[in-house]
Amino acid sequence: MVGNVLNPKEAAEKIKEKFPEEIREIREHNGQLSVIIRRDRVSEILKYLNSDPLLKFDLLKDVCGVDYYKKKEPRFEVVYHLYSLQNRCLLRLRAEVPEDDCWIQSSVDIFEGANWPERECYDLFGIVFKGHPDLRRVLLPDDWEGYPLRKDYPLQSDLGEREWKGYLDVIELAKKNMEFETK
Amino acid sequence: MIESIISSIGIGGFAGSMIALLIKIAIVFGVVMLHVAYATYFERKVIGHIQMRLGPMTVGPHGILQPVADGIKSFFKEDVIPSGADKAIFKLAPVVSVFAALGCLAVVPFFDGFVLANINIGLLYIFAMSSLSAYGIVMAGWSSNSKYSFLGGLRSTAQVISYEVALGLSLVGVMILSESLNLTEIVNAQQKYWHGMFIIPQFLGAFVFMIAAFAETNRAPFDLPEAESELVAGFFVEYSGMRFALFYMAEYIGMLVMSSISVLCFMGGWTLPPFILEVFPSLAAVPGLVWFLFKIYFHVFVYYWIRSTLPRFRYDHLMSLGWKVLIPLALINIVITALVKYYC
Amino acid sequence: MPIQKGKLRKKELTINMGPQHPATHGVLRLELDIDGETVVKCTPHVGYLHRGTEKLGENRTYLSALPLTDRLDYISSMANNVGYCLAVERLFGIEAPERAKFIRTMASEMSRISSHLLWLGTHALDIGAMTVFLYAFKEREWILDLFEMLTGARLTVTYPRIGGVKADVSEEFLSSLYKFTDEFPKRIEEYETLIDQNRIWLQRTKNIGIISAEEAVNWGLTGPMLRGSGVDYDLRKYCPYDAYDQVEFDVPLGKCGDTYDRYRCRMEEMLQSNRIIRQCIEKLPQGPIMSPDAPKLTLPPKERVQKDMEAMIQHFVLITKGPITAPDGEMYSAIEAPKGELGFYFISDGTGRPYRMRLRSPSFVHASILPKLCEGSLVADVIANIGTIDIVLGECDR
Repeated sequence: MVGNVLNPKEAAEKIKEKFPEEIREIREHNGQLSVIIRRDRVSEILKYLNSDPLLKFDLLKDVCGVDYYKKKEPRFEVVYHLYSLQNRCLLRLRAEVPEDDCWIQSSVDIFEGANWPERECYDLFGIVFKGHPDLRRVLLPDDWEGYPLRKDYPLQSDLGEREWKGYLDVIELAKKNMEFETK
Repeated sequence: MIESIISSIGIGGFAGSMIALLIKIAIVFGVVMLHVAYATYFERKVIGHIQMRLGPMTVGPHGILQPVADGIKSFFKEDVIPSGADKAIFKLAPVVSVFAALGCLAVVPFFDGFVLANINIGLLYIFAMSSLSAYGIVMAGWSSNSKYSFLGGLRSTAQVISYEVALGLSLVGVMILSESLNLTEIVNAQQKYWHGMFIIPQFLGAFVFMIAAFAETNRAPFDLPEAESELVAGFFVEYSGMRFALFYMAEYIGMLVMSSISVLCFMGGWTLPPFILEVFPSLAAVPGLVWFLFKIYFHVFVYYWIRSTLPRFRYDHLMSLGWKVLIPLALINIVITALVKYYC
Repeated sequence: MPIQKGKLRKKELTINMGPQHPATHGVLRLELDIDGETVVKCTPHVGYLHRGTEKLGENRTYLSALPLTDRLDYISSMANNVGYCLAVERLFGIEAPERAKFIRTMASEMSRISSHLLWLGTHALDIGAMTVFLYAFKEREWILDLFEMLTGARLTVTYPRIGGVKADVSEEFLSSLYKFTDEFPKRIEEYETLIDQNRIWLQRTKNIGIISAEEAVNWGLTGPMLRGSGVDYDLRKYCPYDAYDQVEFDVPLGKCGDTYDRYRCRMEEMLQSNRIIRQCIEKLPQGPIMSPDAPKLTLPPKERVQKDMEAMIQHFVLITKGPITAPDGEMYSAIEAPKGELGFYFISDGTGRPYRMRLRSPSFVHASILPKLCEGSLVADVIANIGTIDIVLGECDR
C-alpha cells in the first residue's frame, strides 16, 4: 500500500492554490509542516483534503485547541492533524479563532471521528463548533463553569462558596458520613 | 427401618408413621443442606484447580470450613431492602425459590425404599416444583424495583418456560420405556435391561435433558438471568445477607435435584448395571446410597466443568437453541422410542 | 399510577450501565435505551477519571511530566513513557543511543503483551469464559514480574528517560525474558484451545460490532481496531521509531472488521511482539544507555551531583526550571501503543515547560464509536463491544 510518497509541502502548495486567501502562513519545524489558516472556510478545506484523490488525507488523527493568551492575536487556534494513509504523510492545519467571536465550523460531517475531540475542545477551551450534532461537555460535568485549559484559568481553586456544586455536595456528604466512622 | 424403631418403642399407627416421616424429612433436609454447603466448596475447589489456582485454603485445612464461615457470614450480614422495593414480595421471593427447590426432594428416592413420598406422579411433581422456582426469580426481579433485577427476571421467565418444554419432552422417552412416572419404578425398570441405564437407549433424551437442566438451573453457559458482566447479578442484585444466601441455596439444591433426576432416569439411580455386577459381584455389597451420591457428584462435577470452560450464550441464541434444536430433538426421540417400543 | 384509557404509551427502558459495573472496565458509563433486549440508543459518558493531565503537563517541566504519562493507560505505562520520551526527544532534536532504543523496543513490546493479555482475559470474562481470564493473568503476572526485575515497578514503571533509559538491563533479566519468549507461544495456543474454535465464542464474536475499512478510517480508529478492519496501518512499520526498523515482524490484519477479527489480530500481535522481543534480546548492542548529546536534558548521576559543582548546578536548573534549551516550535509525535496510536503534540515556547501538551489517546476516539456499534444490537453485544474496543478510561479521560 505504500504508494507515491507525497511531500506535505506539495499538499500545502495545493491548498494554497485552491484557497489562496485562506492561508496565512506555512511553517515548518522538525520536518513537520503546519499550515496556518483562517477559520472561515476550514470545513471546505478539510473536505477538499479528504476527497481529493491525489491528497486523500483520510485519517483525522486529532483535533485540539491551543490558547495563546496574551501571546498573539487571535487568541485561539484549533489544530487538526491529518494523515493520508495512501501517501503516508502528515499535515497539520492550524485554524485561528478569535476570542470575542469564538467559533469554528465543525468537521463531523467529514470525519465522524472528530465528534468527541471537538466536544473536548469545546469542553476545555470554550470554542464552539458550528454544525456539531451533539456539542456537550465531554470530560467535565455538564454544570461546570469555565474552560480549564485556557491559560487564564486558575491552577488552584480559591473560590470558596462559588466552588463547583458537585464538589461541595461530595464534601458535605463526607461530613455527614463522619458519624458512621468507628471511633 | 425408622418405622420399625419407632414402633418398637411403642408408638404405632398414624402417629408413629408421622413421626417417622418427620424424622426422615429432618434427615433429608440436614443431609441436603450439608451437601449444598459443600457443593459450593466443591465448586470453588474444582473451578480453582481447573483455573490453575487453589480455591479456598485459609479456613481450616484446605479451606474445609469455608462453607461454615460463609454461612455464618451471611447470617450476620446486614439485610438491606431497597427503599422502593415491594417489601412483602421482596421477602417472599427467596423463600419461594428455596421452597420450590426443596419441595422436589420429597419424591427423590435416595436408595431403595428411602423416599419421603413414594407417589405415582413423582416426575410430574418435580416438573411442577421446578417450574415454581421461576416464580421466585420473577418475584425477586419485579419487587426489587431495579432495572437490572427486572431484566434478569424477564430473561429468566422466558428461559425457564422455554427449557421446561424441552426438559419435559426429553423425559417422555424414559416414561415410555419404564411405563411409569414413579421414580423408584423408573429405576427398577432400568434393571430389567442388560445395560441397566436408560442413557444407552435414551442417549438423545439424556443429551437434551442435560442441556435443558443447565438452563433450568440457570447455570453457565445459560446463566443469563444473572449474567454478571451484563446485568451485574441479575434478579438478585438487590439482595444481601441471608436472603441472598437463600437464592444461592436454591440454585445449588436445584442443581442437586436436576442431577438426581438425571441419575434416576438415565443412569440407573442407586443400582449398578447388571453387566458390571456380573464382572465384579462383590460390588453388590456396597450400599446403593454410595452409588447414588457418586453419580450425583459426577453430574455436579460436570456442571462445574462446563461452567469453567464455556462462554455465556447470548439471549437470542439461547432461545433458538431451545426451540429450534432441543425441542425437535426431544420430539424425534419420543417418536423413535415409541416406535421401537411398539414394534419390538 | 393510575393508567388513563388511551393514554398508555410505549417507552424504552433506560438503564444506566456504569460507572460502577463489572464489564465497563473502569468508569465508563453508558446510558442505554433498550426495547426488550435490543439497544435503541446508547450514550457514553466519560470523564469520571479526568485529572487534567494536559493542564498538569503544561505546568511541569519536560522532565517531571514523565510520570504523568504512566497514569494514562496504566495497563501499558511503558508504551506511554516511551511515547512521551520520544516526542520530547524529537522536539529537542536528539536521539537515544542504539542500546537504549533496543531496550525501549523490547519493553514496549512487553507492555503490549501485558496489555493484550489483560484485554483477552477481561474480554473473555465478559463474554463468560472465566478460565481464560485466569490463564491470561498467570502469564501477565509473569510479565509484571519481569517488569519489576527491569524497572523495580510492576505497573507505573517510569523507566525510559528523555534521551535513553533509566538503567541498563542485567544478563539475568535478559535470560529470564528469553525463557518467557520460549514459553509464551505455547501459552497462546492454550488460550486458543479454550475459545478460538468454541461455538459459543464464535457466535458471540463473529459478525458482532462490524466496522468496515472506510468507516474505521473515517472514525479515526487506530491500532488493532483499524487493522481488524483490514487497513494496513501500523506506525511501527510505516513510521518506525526506536529499533522497530531493525527487527522483523508482520502486521496482522483482519478481514471483515468484526469482534472476532479484532480478537484474532490482537492474539496474533502478541505472537509478533514475542518475536520482536526475541530479536531485541538477540541483537541487543553494547554501548551507552543515555544519549551523549543530551547533557542539558538529563539529570546527572547522583554521585556526580554530590562531588561535582557543575553537575550540581545542572541538576538544580533541570529540576527547578526544566531544560531551558527547548527550541521554539511544535512537534506531533506518535507511537503505536497497544491500544492504538498514542500521540503527543507539544508546542514549545523556549521555556522548560511545554506551552501546550496535547495527548491524542486512542481510547478516547475508540470510546466514541460505541454508539455506532451498540445501537441496534442486543444488551449482551454491548458487553462484547466494550470489550473489543479495548479502552482504558485513564487514557480516555486523561
